[in-house]
Amino acid sequence: MADVSLKNVYKMFGKTEVIHGISCDIKDGEFIVILGPSGCGKSTLLRMVAGLEVITKGDIAINGTIVNKLEPSDRDVAMVFQNYALYPHMTVFNNMAYGLKIRKMPKAEIKKRVSEAAKILEITEFLDRKPRQLSGGQRQRVAMGRCIVREPKIFLFDEPLSNLDAKLRVQMRLEIRKLQEDLKITSIYVTHDQIEAMTLGDRMIVMDNGYAVQIGTPLEVYEQPATKFVAGFIGSPAMNFLPAGLSADGKQVELHGGICLPIQNKGVPDHGAREIILGIRPEHFVLTEPETATLHLNMDHIEILGSDTLVYGHLGQDKTQLILRLPAVYHFKRNTILHLIVSSKNLHFFDKESKKRLKC
Amino acid sequence: MVEHRPWLTFLTHAILISGMVLLVIPIYVTFVASSHTLEEITSNFSLLPGSHLIENYKSALSVGPRDVGATVGTMMLNSLIMALGITFGKIFISLLAAYAIVYFKFRFRMFFFWLIFITLMLPIEVRILPTYKVAADLKMLDSYSGLIFPLIASATATFLFRQFFMTVPDELCEAVKIDGGGPIRFFFDILLPMSRTSIAALFVILFIYGWNQYLWPLLITTDENYYTLLIGIKRMLDVGEGQAEWQIIMAATILAMIPPVLIVIFMQKQFVKGMTETEK
Amino acid sequence: MEKRVIFKQKLLPYFLIAPQIIITLVFFIWPAGQAVYQSVLQEDAFGLSRNFVGLENFVYIFTDETYLNSIYVTMIFSLSVAIIAMSVSLLLATMADRVIKGATTYKTLIIWPYAVAPAVAGVLWYFLFNPTVGIVASYLKLYGYEWNHSLNGGQAMFLVIITAAWREISYNFLFFLAGLQAIPKPFIEAAAIDGASPLKRFWTITFPLLSPTTFFLLVMNVVYAFFDTFGVIHVITDGGPNYATNIMVFKVYHDGFLSLDLGGSAAQSVILMIIVISLTVVQFRYIERKVYY
Repeated sequence: MADVSLKNVYKMFGKTEVIHGISCDIKDGEFIVILGPSGCGKSTLLRMVAGLEVITKGDIAINGTIVNKLEPSDRDVAMVFQNYALYPHMTVFNNMAYGLKIRKMPKAEIKKRVSEAAKILEITEFLDRKPRQLSGGQRQRVAMGRCIVREPKIFLFDEPLSNLDAKLRVQMRLEIRKLQEDLKITSIYVTHDQIEAMTLGDRMIVMDNGYAVQIGTPLEVYEQPATKFVAGFIGSPAMNFLPAGLSADGKQVELHGGICLPIQNKGVPDHGAREIILGIRPEHFVLTEPETATLHLNMDHIEILGSDTLVYGHLGQDKTQLILRLPAVYHFKRNTILHLIVSSKNLHFFDKESKKRLKC
Repeated sequence: MVEHRPWLTFLTHAILISGMVLLVIPIYVTFVASSHTLEEITSNFSLLPGSHLIENYKSALSVGPRDVGATVGTMMLNSLIMALGITFGKIFISLLAAYAIVYFKFRFRMFFFWLIFITLMLPIEVRILPTYKVAADLKMLDSYSGLIFPLIASATATFLFRQFFMTVPDELCEAVKIDGGGPIRFFFDILLPMSRTSIAALFVILFIYGWNQYLWPLLITTDENYYTLLIGIKRMLDVGEGQAEWQIIMAATILAMIPPVLIVIFMQKQFVKGMTETEK
Repeated sequence: MEKRVIFKQKLLPYFLIAPQIIITLVFFIWPAGQAVYQSVLQEDAFGLSRNFVGLENFVYIFTDETYLNSIYVTMIFSLSVAIIAMSVSLLLATMADRVIKGATTYKTLIIWPYAVAPAVAGVLWYFLFNPTVGIVASYLKLYGYEWNHSLNGGQAMFLVIITAAWREISYNFLFFLAGLQAIPKPFIEAAAIDGASPLKRFWTITFPLLSPTTFFLLVMNVVYAFFDTFGVIHVITDGGPNYATNIMVFKVYHDGFLSLDLGGSAAQSVILMIIVISLTVVQFRYIERKVYY
């Protein structure tokens, strides 16, 4: 049980700064996900919490105590590695017991903890086997078992599901979530998979190039992305981006080719006459009558998923491709014109230069 | 092969069998000789085994040859001690050195690395006199330490272990750190067990190397009680005008061949692995 | 070269590496340095007088007939051993690569001579060719050929070459076989479909693809012949008759330990060091290139 506090954490490798001043307060029992593309520094950040990387500047505190100088073994954390890091020559039992043996726990206590963890994870029948005799999913559970028996202050996960096949990944996702809810241990989970981030985290830290670009609940990040990057990273298919401009009075969005979209209520008078990037999520387009439509899409091709239909098309002369997700099955022919409308609360405005969300 | 020509298969086997015979004949002849009496050898030598096998070996092991003051048994023991000492010694110090080089950062690390590397280029034969002097100065003549220590620094074993350590996933080391272990624990609980096959392969190669040492024991031992088996055999041949005790010599020779040959045959997999990996 | 994980301890690595470094310094570096130092001195056997003579020792040995003879002998010896050992082993390896039945048996029986020490190999072949009791010597006598390698230099050379090569065949066999088995079958099959006979396939496809192994073994065989064969010479011929088999490494031993010519022996050691270092450098240079092969 612990809260974790990151205060202005920086990391340099040699002369290169790779983590730029990240701050975040993680509450006790919270499941927080660090999400970002490859190379953004998320694993580095996790490893700094674990004590496997040195913190160049800033502080990391666990339960109020600054742990910068503490060795991993003194921080009372447990970690599930991407490749599980199971000791190949030891049985599953010994793998899980190893950390406890080092801490000189009595044998009976070790046995008790290992059997209980094995029961929760349903790996009791594997206790005598060696890792190479297990499947990927089983090994993953052993890796988690190794963490559970330690009863640590914090669970750390480093992309644990990335080596599993799709179906297994879904299953394990649920198990991890359930486990965390039962055990209520503070967890930090690193992934590049936005679905994992959306489904597992109480909150998420979205990282890009060493910066924490947004910190918030999954829904906050989804509905109010702080930058164009976050908006494009979360959500599949990705959000559509169009160059546009705001009218002088802030009541309309003007697209190329003279298309105008109205903005509800008072509009955005503070940002009048500004060049922006307009973002619209694929699922926010609604089919309507030609008279009420504000957008007319030329359809290029279509992907029927069974539950929805993905439509690819372009507006008028503009070559920018838009993706729509319609919640039913449609069989449109090529070059059909689709008449669409978008509610103005689903319009996202980003500053053209800074790519940051405009406050409305 | 691609074609199926029976005469080609026949030829292949014929060549292989002749090759085998060529390689085996000297050993066979020696074995046969070790089972005859001296008179039988010098007068009318037949290619079939004689009936004095046990007698000759017993005599060699317990009584020993006439002109050498130690028994073949003693000499075999010396060879064994030397071989095992060199083998375990090399493996031990190479494991430690490789571990230091791979898993630690310290000043002079690269300097030490190249220092060890240089020894690859200095086989004992190019430094016999001065090494002898050093051993003499350290009072190592006619002793087991003199037979063993000058031969146990080995760059090949260190590089083999280093190569292996580089392939051990970093995550294992990190998992140990998180589990609460330090470098000593990591070495004994994880690295060492994982190195088992490399150690076995090296054991085979190094034991053969140690057992077959000739030049260095020749120089460093004058006391017959410290003669190794190979040196003893040579002494037995050096009888000048007298009659060489062939039956004892042959028995000793067979005994000299048995341990390494047995190891190669029964640990062939490790032997091959050791050979191919140390030469990289 | 670098691992991401390291331990923080600063003192421990020094202790770990100490045994190897100490032994290396005491028994490798220091003696090697001494050899170089002694090669430019002239001192008597008891160390009572010591004069710096520069390269005089080197000049002396290069004008000494016995030394030049030993260089010549060593070259003949090593080339012969290398060529014989490599060709026979290549033949055997090629044959062994083709058979499926009995492959393991052949392999085991061809590899084991490697376990035999060169000195012991010397004893075995010495016994076969011994003028008094050797069976081969007796057979030769039946055909009217007098064999006595303690009198006939050529015969002595022949004997030691055969002995040294005998053992090296096993070593080469192992590597050639591994090299052959590493050649992807599709190469050979493609050539066969193109119409090449087995012999042609061997010379135009297999042999060139084997060249890294061949080169490697050539260097190893030469190093072996230079250095590891001391036991063979010492057991069979003692360098004779009349210096016919006086290879360089044997002469170093003889001059240093028996004749107590310290300066000369040291100079010879330095020459040998240079040879070994050059061979090792050549080997590594070639291996570097092999990586891009």
